[in-house]
Amino acid sequence: MADKRTTEAEVVAELRDGMTIGIGGWGSRRKPMSIVREILRSQLRDLTVVSYGGPDVGMLCAAGKVKKVVYGFVSLDSIPLEPHFRAARQSGSIEAMEVDEGMLQWGLRAAAMRISFLPCRAGLGSSVMEVNPSLKTVRSPYDDSEELVAMPALPLDVALIHANRADARGNGQYLGPDWFFDDLFCMAAEKAFMSCERIVDTADLLKEGSEQTLMINRMMSDGIVEAPGGARFTSCAPDYARDEELQREYATTPWEEFGPRWLEMS
Amino acid sequence: MSANGSPTRAEVCAIACAEAWRGDGEIVASPIGTVPTIGARLAALTFEPDLVLTDGDALMTAEPLPVGAPADAPRVVEGWLPFGKMFDLLWWGRRHVMMGATQVDRFGNQNIACIGPWQKPKAMLLGVRGAPGNTVNHTTSYWVPNHSPRAFVENVDFVSGVGYDRVPASAAVHEIRVVVSNLGVFDFDTPDHSMRVRSVHPGVTADEVQEATGFPLTANGDVAETRVPTDEELRLIRDVIDPSSMRDAEVKS
Repeated sequence: MADKRTTEAEVVAELRDGMTIGIGGWGSRRKPMSIVREILRSQLRDLTVVSYGGPDVGMLCAAGKVKKVVYGFVSLDSIPLEPHFRAARQSGSIEAMEVDEGMLQWGLRAAAMRISFLPCRAGLGSSVMEVNPSLKTVRSPYDDSEELVAMPALPLDVALIHANRADARGNGQYLGPDWFFDDLFCMAAEKAFMSCERIVDTADLLKEGSEQTLMINRMMSDGIVEAPGGARFTSCAPDYARDEELQREYATTPWEEFGPRWLEMS
Repeated sequence: MSANGSPTRAEVCAIACAEAWRGDGEIVASPIGTVPTIGARLAALTFEPDLVLTDGDALMTAEPLPVGAPADAPRVVEGWLPFGKMFDLLWWGRRHVMMGATQVDRFGNQNIACIGPWQKPKAMLLGVRGAPGNTVNHTTSYWVPNHSPRAFVENVDFVSGVGYDRVPASAAVHEIRVVVSNLGVFDFDTPDHSMRVRSVHPGVTADEVQEATGFPLTANGDVAETRVPTDEELRLIRDVIDPSSMRDAEVKS
Protein backbone atom coordinates (compact mmCIF):
# COMPACT_ATOMS: atom_id res chain seq x y z
CA MET A 1 0.00 0.00 0.00
CA ALA A 2 1.36 3.37 -1.02
CA ASP A 3 2.52 5.65 1.76
CA LYS A 4 1.45 9.12 0.62
CA ARG A 5 3.06 11.06 3.44
CA THR A 6 4.89 14.10 2.21
CA THR A 7 5.75 17.67 3.22
CA GLU A 8 4.57 21.14 2.30
CA ALA A 9 7.84 21.76 0.45
CA GLU A 10 7.45 18.59 -1.61
CA VAL A 11 3.85 19.50 -2.46
CA VAL A 12 4.84 22.96 -3.62
CA ALA A 13 7.72 21.49 -5.65
CA GLU A 14 5.02 19.78 -7.76
CA LEU A 15 3.41 23.10 -8.68
CA ARG A 16 4.32 25.10 -11.77
CA ASP A 17 3.89 28.69 -12.86
CA GLY A 18 0.51 29.31 -14.47
CA MET A 19 -1.23 26.34 -12.89
CA THR A 20 -4.88 26.40 -11.82
CA ILE A 21 -5.01 25.65 -8.11
CA GLY A 22 -8.24 24.90 -6.23
CA ILE A 23 -8.19 25.54 -2.49
CA GLY A 24 -10.73 23.87 -0.19
CA GLY A 25 -12.34 25.23 2.95
CA TRP A 26 -14.69 28.23 3.00
CA GLY A 27 -13.92 31.87 3.83
CA SER A 28 -11.71 31.79 6.88
CA ARG A 29 -12.47 28.17 7.75
CA ARG A 30 -10.32 25.04 7.40
CA LYS A 31 -7.92 26.45 4.82
CA PRO A 32 -4.64 24.58 4.09
CA MET A 33 -2.64 27.57 5.31
CA SER A 34 0.66 25.77 5.90
CA ILE A 35 0.73 24.76 2.22
CA VAL A 36 -0.30 28.30 1.21
CA ARG A 37 2.61 29.57 3.31
CA GLU A 38 4.98 27.33 1.39
CA ILE A 39 3.64 28.73 -1.90
CA LEU A 40 4.33 32.22 -0.55
CA ARG A 41 7.94 31.18 0.09
CA SER A 42 8.33 29.82 -3.44
CA GLN A 43 9.10 31.52 -6.75
CA LEU A 44 5.73 30.43 -8.19
CA ARG A 45 3.71 33.01 -10.11
CA ASP A 46 0.76 33.51 -12.47
CA LEU A 47 -1.47 31.07 -10.58
CA THR A 48 -5.19 30.86 -11.22
CA VAL A 49 -6.83 30.30 -7.84
CA VAL A 50 -10.31 28.76 -7.53
CA SER A 51 -11.69 29.17 -4.03
CA TYR A 52 -14.54 29.91 -1.67
CA GLY A 53 -12.07 32.58 -0.80
CA GLY A 54 -10.56 33.71 2.46
CA PRO A 55 -7.04 34.61 3.56
CA ASP A 56 -5.67 31.97 1.17
CA VAL A 57 -6.70 34.20 -1.72
CA GLY A 58 -5.73 37.41 0.09
CA MET A 59 -2.20 36.27 0.92
CA LEU A 60 -1.53 34.86 -2.54
CA CYS A 61 -2.72 38.16 -4.05
CA ALA A 62 -0.63 40.21 -1.62
CA ALA A 63 2.47 38.19 -2.46
CA GLY A 64 1.99 38.63 -6.22
CA LYS A 65 1.41 34.94 -6.93
CA VAL A 66 -1.93 35.35 -8.64
CA LYS A 67 -2.89 35.95 -12.24
CA LYS A 68 -6.60 35.23 -11.84
CA VAL A 69 -9.09 34.42 -9.10
CA VAL A 70 -12.27 32.39 -9.68
CA TYR A 71 -14.64 33.05 -6.77
CA GLY A 72 -18.15 33.69 -5.52
CA PHE A 73 -16.86 35.75 -2.62
CA VAL A 74 -13.65 36.42 -0.74
CA SER A 75 -14.17 37.09 2.98
CA LEU A 76 -12.58 36.59 6.37
CA ASP A 77 -16.04 35.83 7.88
CA SER A 78 -15.67 37.80 11.13
CA ILE A 79 -14.05 40.55 9.04
CA PRO A 80 -16.36 40.67 6.02
CA LEU A 81 -13.99 42.19 3.45
CA GLU A 82 -10.60 40.67 2.58
CA PRO A 83 -8.18 43.62 2.44
CA HIS A 84 -5.50 42.21 0.12
CA PHE A 85 -7.97 40.71 -2.34
CA ARG A 86 -9.76 44.07 -2.43
CA ALA A 87 -6.50 45.89 -3.08
CA ALA A 88 -5.65 43.53 -5.92
CA ARG A 89 -9.08 43.94 -7.53
CA GLN A 90 -9.11 47.70 -7.06
CA SER A 91 -5.65 48.13 -8.58
CA GLY A 92 -6.62 45.93 -11.50
CA SER A 93 -3.57 43.75 -10.92
CA ILE A 94 -5.48 40.46 -11.17
CA GLU A 95 -8.02 38.96 -13.54
CA ALA A 96 -11.27 37.75 -12.08
CA MET A 97 -14.10 35.36 -12.78
CA GLU A 98 -16.90 36.16 -10.36
CA VAL A 99 -19.82 33.73 -10.20
CA ASP A 100 -22.58 32.71 -7.81
CA GLU A 101 -21.46 30.35 -5.02
CA GLY A 102 -23.66 27.61 -6.46
CA MET A 103 -22.25 28.15 -9.95
CA LEU A 104 -18.77 27.62 -8.52
CA GLN A 105 -19.91 24.33 -7.02
CA TRP A 106 -21.46 23.36 -10.37
CA GLY A 107 -18.20 24.15 -12.20
CA LEU A 108 -16.25 21.90 -9.83
CA ARG A 109 -18.89 19.18 -10.08
CA ALA A 110 -18.87 19.31 -13.89
CA ALA A 111 -15.08 18.93 -13.84
CA ALA A 112 -15.39 16.06 -11.38
CA MET A 113 -17.96 14.43 -13.70
CA ARG A 114 -15.72 15.04 -16.72
CA ILE A 115 -18.43 16.88 -18.62
CA SER A 116 -18.02 20.36 -20.07
CA PHE A 117 -20.87 22.11 -18.22
CA LEU A 118 -23.84 21.74 -15.93
CA PRO A 119 -27.06 23.73 -16.33
CA CYS A 120 -28.40 25.96 -13.58
CA ARG A 121 -30.63 28.97 -13.05
CA ALA A 122 -28.14 30.87 -10.90
CA GLY A 123 -26.60 33.76 -12.79
CA LEU A 124 -29.52 34.50 -15.14
CA GLY A 125 -30.59 38.13 -14.96
CA SER A 126 -27.56 39.16 -12.91
CA SER A 127 -24.47 41.06 -14.00
CA VAL A 128 -22.51 37.82 -13.67
CA MET A 129 -23.57 37.07 -17.25
CA GLU A 130 -22.27 40.43 -18.46
CA VAL A 131 -18.83 40.45 -16.84
CA ASN A 132 -18.07 36.85 -17.79
CA PRO A 133 -18.46 36.94 -21.57
CA SER A 134 -17.27 33.35 -21.72
CA LEU A 135 -20.43 32.19 -19.93
CA LYS A 136 -22.98 30.74 -22.31
CA THR A 137 -26.56 29.65 -21.88
CA VAL A 138 -28.21 26.45 -23.05
CA ARG A 139 -31.83 25.71 -23.91
CA SER A 140 -33.52 22.68 -22.46
CA PRO A 141 -34.21 20.10 -25.19
CA TYR A 142 -37.38 19.07 -23.34
CA ASP A 143 -40.85 20.60 -23.51
CA ASP A 144 -40.08 23.36 -21.02
CA SER A 145 -37.36 24.68 -23.41
CA GLU A 146 -36.05 26.85 -20.59
CA GLU A 147 -32.90 28.85 -21.11
CA LEU A 148 -30.36 28.02 -18.40
CA VAL A 149 -26.78 28.95 -17.64
CA ALA A 150 -24.31 26.38 -18.95
CA MET A 151 -21.83 26.65 -16.11
CA PRO A 152 -18.52 25.51 -17.60
CA ALA A 153 -16.43 22.87 -15.87
CA LEU A 154 -13.63 24.28 -13.72
CA PRO A 155 -10.90 21.66 -14.09
CA LEU A 156 -8.01 22.10 -11.69
CA ASP A 157 -4.37 21.16 -12.05
CA VAL A 158 -4.03 20.77 -8.32
CA ALA A 159 -6.37 20.82 -5.30
CA LEU A 160 -5.16 21.71 -1.83
CA ILE A 161 -7.32 20.90 1.21
CA HIS A 162 -6.96 20.58 4.97
CA ALA A 163 -8.63 17.79 6.97
CA ASN A 164 -8.87 17.05 10.67
CA ARG A 165 -7.49 13.50 10.40
CA ALA A 166 -6.03 11.37 7.66
CA ASP A 167 -4.15 8.12 7.31
CA ALA A 168 -0.90 7.56 5.41
CA ARG A 169 -2.83 5.96 2.53
CA GLY A 170 -4.66 9.21 1.84
CA ASN A 171 -8.03 8.71 3.45
CA GLY A 172 -9.22 11.97 4.98
CA GLN A 173 -11.68 12.81 7.72
CA TYR A 174 -13.43 16.00 8.75
CA LEU A 175 -14.75 16.23 12.30
CA GLY A 176 -16.43 19.64 12.20
CA PRO A 177 -19.99 20.48 11.15
CA ASP A 178 -19.26 21.10 7.44
CA TRP A 179 -17.00 19.42 4.90
CA PHE A 180 -17.57 22.33 2.50
CA PHE A 181 -16.70 21.26 -1.08
CA ASP A 182 -13.32 19.67 -0.44
CA ASP A 183 -14.33 16.39 -2.06
CA LEU A 184 -15.33 18.16 -5.28
CA PHE A 185 -12.08 20.14 -5.32
CA CYS A 186 -10.14 16.88 -5.17
CA MET A 187 -12.23 15.18 -7.85
CA ALA A 188 -11.97 18.23 -10.16
CA ALA A 189 -8.17 18.13 -9.95
CA GLU A 190 -5.41 16.22 -11.70
CA LYS A 191 -3.66 15.93 -8.37
CA ALA A 192 -4.85 16.62 -4.84
CA PHE A 193 -2.83 17.22 -1.71
CA MET A 194 -4.30 17.13 1.77
CA SER A 195 -2.79 18.50 4.93
CA CYS A 196 -4.28 17.35 8.20
CA GLU A 197 -4.10 18.00 11.91
CA ARG A 198 -2.94 14.47 12.63
CA ILE A 199 -2.12 11.32 10.73
CA VAL A 200 -3.62 8.29 12.45
CA ASP A 201 -3.58 4.57 11.82
CA THR A 202 -6.28 3.51 9.37
CA ALA A 203 -7.77 1.31 12.07
CA ASP A 204 -8.17 4.37 14.29
CA LEU A 205 -10.07 6.57 11.81
CA LEU A 206 -13.45 5.70 13.30
CA LYS A 207 -12.35 6.38 16.87
CA GLU A 208 -13.18 10.07 16.60
CA GLY A 209 -15.99 10.19 14.05
CA SER A 210 -18.58 8.07 12.26
CA GLU A 211 -18.21 6.53 8.80
CA GLN A 212 -19.93 9.62 7.40
CA THR A 213 -16.97 11.78 8.40
CA LEU A 214 -14.65 9.95 5.97
CA MET A 215 -15.07 12.58 3.28
CA ILE A 216 -11.94 11.95 1.28
CA ASN A 217 -11.07 8.44 0.15
CA ARG A 218 -7.58 7.54 -0.94
CA MET A 219 -8.46 7.55 -4.66
CA MET A 220 -8.98 11.31 -4.31
CA SER A 221 -5.63 12.23 -2.77
CA ASP A 222 -2.03 12.07 -3.96
CA GLY A 223 -0.14 13.34 -0.94
CA ILE A 224 -0.75 13.77 2.78
CA VAL A 225 0.99 16.36 4.94
CA GLU A 226 0.77 16.11 8.69
CA ALA A 227 0.40 19.73 9.74
CA PRO A 228 -0.82 20.29 13.31
CA GLY A 229 -2.33 23.77 13.36
CA GLY A 230 -2.01 23.78 9.59
CA ALA A 231 -5.22 25.77 9.07
CA ARG A 232 -4.29 28.59 11.45
CA PHE A 233 -5.36 31.38 11.68
CA THR A 234 -8.48 30.04 10.01
CA SER A 235 -10.74 27.80 12.07
CA CYS A 236 -10.52 24.02 12.10
CA ALA A 237 -13.51 22.85 14.11
CA PRO A 238 -13.49 21.00 16.42
CA ASP A 239 -9.70 21.07 16.82
CA TYR A 240 -9.50 24.86 17.19
CA ALA A 241 -11.41 28.06 16.60
CA ARG A 242 -10.27 30.87 14.34
CA ASP A 243 -7.40 32.90 15.84
CA GLU A 244 -9.31 36.18 15.67
CA GLU A 245 -6.44 38.20 17.08
CA LEU A 246 -3.96 36.99 14.49
CA GLN A 247 -6.54 37.43 11.74
CA ARG A 248 -7.20 41.01 12.87
CA GLU A 249 -3.47 41.68 12.84
CA TYR A 250 -3.23 40.21 9.33
CA ALA A 251 -6.13 42.35 8.13
CA THR A 252 -4.85 45.60 9.60
CA THR A 253 -1.09 45.34 9.03
CA PRO A 254 0.56 46.16 5.69
CA TRP A 255 1.61 42.91 4.00
CA GLU A 256 5.22 44.12 3.73
CA GLU A 257 5.28 44.06 7.50
CA PHE A 258 3.00 41.11 8.27
CA GLY A 259 4.16 38.85 5.43
CA PRO A 260 7.74 38.24 6.63
CA ARG A 261 6.45 37.51 10.15
CA TRP A 262 3.85 35.14 8.76
CA LEU A 263 6.45 33.26 6.74
CA GLU A 264 8.44 32.59 9.90
CA MET A 265 5.46 31.16 11.76
CA SER A 266 5.00 27.45 11.33
CA MET B 1 -33.41 50.03 25.24
CA SER B 2 -35.27 53.24 26.00
CA ALA B 3 -35.32 54.32 29.60
CA ASN B 4 -39.11 54.17 29.70
CA GLY B 5 -39.22 50.72 28.22
CA SER B 6 -40.84 51.85 24.97
CA PRO B 7 -39.50 50.18 21.83
CA THR B 8 -36.30 51.46 20.25
CA ARG B 9 -35.82 51.85 16.52
CA ALA B 10 -33.75 48.65 16.49
CA GLU B 11 -36.62 46.78 18.11
CA VAL B 12 -39.10 48.14 15.57
CA CYS B 13 -36.71 47.03 12.82
CA ALA B 14 -36.61 43.56 14.37
CA ILE B 15 -40.41 43.38 14.21
CA ALA B 16 -40.36 44.59 10.61
CA CYS B 17 -37.84 41.85 9.76
CA ALA B 18 -39.88 39.21 11.61
CA GLU B 19 -42.96 40.20 9.60
CA ALA B 20 -41.07 39.40 6.38
CA TRP B 21 -41.36 35.68 7.19
CA ARG B 22 -45.06 35.79 8.11
CA GLY B 23 -46.96 33.07 6.27
CA ASP B 24 -43.85 31.23 5.12
CA GLY B 25 -44.55 28.05 7.10
CA GLU B 26 -42.10 25.16 7.05
CA ILE B 27 -39.15 26.59 5.12
CA VAL B 28 -35.68 27.60 6.23
CA ALA B 29 -35.22 31.23 7.24
CA SER B 30 -31.75 32.52 6.38
CA PRO B 31 -31.23 35.91 7.99
CA ILE B 32 -27.92 37.71 7.35
CA GLY B 33 -27.08 40.29 10.03
CA THR B 34 -28.06 40.79 13.66
CA VAL B 35 -31.47 42.46 13.30
CA PRO B 36 -32.74 40.05 10.62
CA THR B 37 -31.57 37.16 12.82
CA ILE B 38 -33.51 38.56 15.77
CA GLY B 39 -36.49 38.94 13.44
CA ALA B 40 -36.41 35.36 12.16
CA ARG B 41 -36.05 33.93 15.66
CA LEU B 42 -38.84 36.18 16.94
CA ALA B 43 -41.13 35.05 14.11
CA ALA B 44 -40.39 31.41 14.96
CA LEU B 45 -41.14 32.01 18.66
CA THR B 46 -44.43 33.75 17.96
CA PHE B 47 -46.54 33.74 14.81
CA GLU B 48 -44.48 31.47 12.51
CA PRO B 49 -43.68 28.42 14.67
CA ASP B 50 -42.93 26.05 11.77
CA LEU B 51 -40.04 28.15 10.42
CA VAL B 52 -36.77 26.23 10.28
CA LEU B 53 -33.87 28.06 11.93
CA THR B 54 -30.14 27.45 11.91
CA ASP B 55 -27.35 28.37 14.28
CA GLY B 56 -25.93 30.55 11.50
CA ASP B 57 -23.60 27.67 10.72
CA ALA B 58 -24.35 24.09 9.65
CA LEU B 59 -26.89 23.05 12.29
CA MET B 60 -30.68 23.39 12.35
CA THR B 61 -31.75 24.37 15.83
CA ALA B 62 -35.10 23.30 17.25
CA GLU B 63 -35.14 26.24 19.70
CA PRO B 64 -34.02 29.73 18.70
CA LEU B 65 -30.58 30.56 20.06
CA PRO B 66 -29.77 33.99 21.48
CA VAL B 67 -27.89 36.09 18.90
CA GLY B 68 -24.14 36.06 19.46
CA ALA B 69 -24.34 32.78 21.41
CA PRO B 70 -20.88 31.22 21.67
CA ALA B 71 -20.13 28.23 19.47
CA ASP B 72 -20.28 25.89 22.46
CA ALA B 73 -23.57 27.23 23.85
CA PRO B 74 -26.08 24.42 24.43
CA ARG B 75 -28.58 23.93 21.63
CA VAL B 76 -31.20 21.43 20.55
CA VAL B 77 -30.13 20.24 17.10
CA GLU B 78 -32.89 19.01 14.81
CA GLY B 79 -31.01 18.82 11.54
CA TRP B 80 -27.84 19.32 9.57
CA LEU B 81 -27.37 21.90 6.84
CA PRO B 82 -23.77 22.20 5.65
CA PHE B 83 -23.26 24.45 2.64
CA GLY B 84 -23.66 21.62 0.13
CA LYS B 85 -27.06 20.73 1.62
CA MET B 86 -27.99 24.42 1.80
CA PHE B 87 -27.34 24.75 -1.94
CA ASP B 88 -29.55 21.71 -2.59
CA LEU B 89 -32.23 23.26 -0.43
CA LEU B 90 -32.13 26.67 -2.06
CA TRP B 91 -32.46 25.07 -5.49
CA TRP B 92 -35.40 23.15 -4.07
CA GLY B 93 -36.92 26.52 -3.16
CA ARG B 94 -37.72 25.91 0.52
CA ARG B 95 -35.97 29.02 1.73
CA HIS B 96 -36.48 32.74 2.35
CA VAL B 97 -33.25 34.65 2.76
CA MET B 98 -32.88 38.19 4.07
CA MET B 99 -29.56 39.46 2.74
CA GLY B 100 -27.77 42.76 3.17
CA ALA B 101 -27.58 45.22 0.29
CA THR B 102 -24.83 47.77 -0.15
CA GLN B 103 -27.02 49.13 -2.96
CA VAL B 104 -30.63 48.41 -3.87
CA ASP B 105 -32.53 50.06 -6.70
CA ARG B 106 -36.16 50.89 -7.43
CA PHE B 107 -36.84 47.49 -9.00
CA GLY B 108 -35.15 45.56 -6.23
CA ASN B 109 -31.83 44.81 -7.89
CA GLN B 110 -29.24 44.34 -5.13
CA ASN B 111 -25.48 44.82 -5.12
CA ILE B 112 -22.98 43.37 -2.68
CA ALA B 113 -20.21 42.83 -5.24
CA CYS B 114 -18.45 46.14 -5.90
CA ILE B 115 -18.82 49.90 -6.24
CA GLY B 116 -17.76 51.38 -9.55
CA PRO B 117 -16.93 49.40 -12.69
CA TRP B 118 -16.51 45.67 -12.02
CA GLN B 119 -13.41 45.45 -14.22
CA LYS B 120 -11.56 47.77 -11.84
CA PRO B 121 -13.81 48.59 -8.89
CA LYS B 122 -13.54 51.74 -6.84
CA ALA B 123 -14.42 49.54 -3.88
CA MET B 124 -14.40 45.76 -4.05
CA LEU B 125 -17.00 44.34 -1.67
CA LEU B 126 -17.86 40.69 -0.90
CA GLY B 127 -18.53 39.35 -4.36
CA VAL B 128 -21.98 38.22 -5.52
CA ARG B 129 -22.08 35.33 -3.02
CA GLY B 130 -25.36 33.42 -3.50
CA ALA B 131 -27.49 36.40 -4.53
CA PRO B 132 -27.90 35.51 -8.23
CA GLY B 133 -29.08 32.00 -7.40
CA ASN B 134 -31.19 32.99 -4.40
CA THR B 135 -33.24 35.52 -6.33
CA VAL B 136 -34.25 33.14 -9.13
CA ASN B 137 -34.92 30.18 -6.85
CA HIS B 138 -36.78 31.39 -3.76
CA THR B 139 -38.10 34.41 -1.90
CA THR B 140 -35.55 37.06 -1.00
CA SER B 141 -35.74 40.14 1.22
CA TYR B 142 -33.12 42.77 2.04
CA TRP B 143 -31.99 44.58 5.16
CA VAL B 144 -30.34 48.01 4.96
CA PRO B 145 -29.43 49.41 8.38
CA ASN B 146 -28.30 52.79 7.01
CA HIS B 147 -30.94 54.15 4.66
CA SER B 148 -29.32 56.79 2.43
CA PRO B 149 -29.20 57.87 -1.22
CA ARG B 150 -25.94 55.92 -1.48
CA ALA B 151 -27.74 52.70 -0.56
CA PHE B 152 -31.09 53.32 -2.29
CA VAL B 153 -29.87 54.16 -5.78
CA GLU B 154 -31.48 54.69 -9.18
CA ASN B 155 -29.31 51.92 -10.67
CA VAL B 156 -27.04 49.52 -8.83
CA ASP B 157 -23.43 49.38 -10.03
CA PHE B 158 -23.59 45.59 -10.29
CA VAL B 159 -26.63 43.30 -10.20
CA SER B 160 -25.92 40.57 -7.64
CA GLY B 161 -29.52 39.86 -6.64
CA VAL B 162 -31.95 40.08 -9.56
CA GLY B 163 -34.74 42.68 -9.41
CA TYR B 164 -38.17 42.85 -11.03
CA ASP B 165 -37.01 44.48 -14.26
CA ARG B 166 -34.52 41.69 -15.02
CA VAL B 167 -36.37 38.50 -14.08
CA PRO B 168 -35.32 35.73 -16.47
CA ALA B 169 -38.11 33.71 -18.10
CA SER B 170 -36.76 30.53 -16.55
CA ALA B 171 -36.66 31.76 -12.94
CA ALA B 172 -38.17 29.05 -10.73
CA VAL B 173 -39.87 31.84 -8.78
CA HIS B 174 -39.04 35.48 -8.25
CA GLU B 175 -40.16 37.43 -5.21
CA ILE B 176 -38.40 40.30 -3.54
CA ARG B 177 -40.78 40.45 -0.63
CA VAL B 178 -39.58 43.46 1.33
CA VAL B 179 -36.66 45.76 1.89
CA VAL B 180 -36.43 46.69 5.55
CA SER B 181 -34.34 49.72 6.46
CA ASN B 182 -33.77 51.72 9.62
CA LEU B 183 -36.43 54.14 8.33
CA GLY B 184 -39.19 51.93 7.02
CA VAL B 185 -40.43 48.90 5.11
CA PHE B 186 -40.58 48.87 1.31
CA ASP B 187 -42.13 46.50 -1.19
CA PHE B 188 -42.83 46.16 -4.90
CA ASP B 189 -46.62 45.68 -4.87
CA THR B 190 -47.13 48.27 -7.62
CA PRO B 191 -48.28 47.84 -11.24
CA ASP B 192 -44.71 48.09 -12.60
CA HIS B 193 -43.05 46.47 -9.55
CA SER B 194 -41.25 49.68 -8.63
CA MET B 195 -40.47 50.26 -4.98
CA ARG B 196 -43.05 51.87 -2.72
CA VAL B 197 -43.22 52.59 0.97
CA ARG B 198 -45.17 49.93 2.80
CA SER B 199 -44.70 51.62 6.17
CA VAL B 200 -42.49 54.14 7.93
CA HIS B 201 -41.14 53.42 11.37
CA PRO B 202 -42.64 55.45 14.25
CA GLY B 203 -41.02 58.89 14.33
CA VAL B 204 -40.09 58.86 10.63
CA THR B 205 -41.98 60.86 8.00
CA ALA B 206 -42.59 59.93 4.39
CA ASP B 207 -40.68 63.06 3.36
CA GLU B 208 -37.61 61.98 5.33
CA VAL B 209 -37.71 58.61 3.62
CA GLN B 210 -37.98 60.15 0.15
CA GLU B 211 -35.11 62.51 0.93
CA ALA B 212 -32.92 59.60 1.95
CA THR B 213 -33.77 57.69 -1.23
CA GLY B 214 -31.94 58.21 -4.54
CA PHE B 215 -35.00 57.68 -6.75
CA PRO B 216 -38.67 58.62 -6.56
CA LEU B 217 -40.59 56.11 -4.47
CA THR B 218 -43.86 55.11 -6.10
CA ALA B 219 -46.83 56.80 -4.47
CA ASN B 220 -48.82 54.75 -2.02
CA GLY B 221 -51.62 56.97 -0.73
CA ASP B 222 -51.51 57.33 3.02
CA VAL B 223 -48.36 55.67 4.27
CA ALA B 224 -48.87 53.34 7.21
CA GLU B 225 -46.73 53.19 10.32
CA THR B 226 -44.69 50.06 11.04
CA ARG B 227 -46.29 48.21 13.92
CA VAL B 228 -44.50 48.32 17.25
CA PRO B 229 -43.69 45.16 19.19
CA THR B 230 -46.20 43.81 21.69
CA ASP B 231 -45.12 43.57 25.33
CA GLU B 232 -44.49 39.85 24.85
CA GLU B 233 -42.41 40.47 21.72
CA LEU B 234 -40.38 43.11 23.55
CA ARG B 235 -39.73 40.67 26.36
CA LEU B 236 -38.62 37.99 23.89
CA ILE B 237 -36.28 40.41 22.11
CA ARG B 238 -34.78 41.87 25.28
CA ASP B 239 -34.62 38.85 27.57
CA VAL B 240 -34.50 35.81 25.30
CA ILE B 241 -33.20 36.53 21.79
CA ASP B 242 -30.83 39.47 22.25
CA PRO B 243 -30.04 39.85 25.96
CA SER B 244 -26.69 41.53 25.20
CA SER B 245 -28.33 44.22 23.02
CA MET B 246 -26.31 43.46 19.89
CA ARG B 247 -29.15 45.10 17.94
CA ASP B 248 -28.08 48.53 19.16
CA ALA B 249 -24.74 48.21 17.38
CA GLU B 250 -26.56 47.71 14.06
CA VAL B 251 -29.27 50.39 14.45
CA LYS B 252 -28.62 53.52 16.45
CA SER B 253 -31.49 54.80 18.56
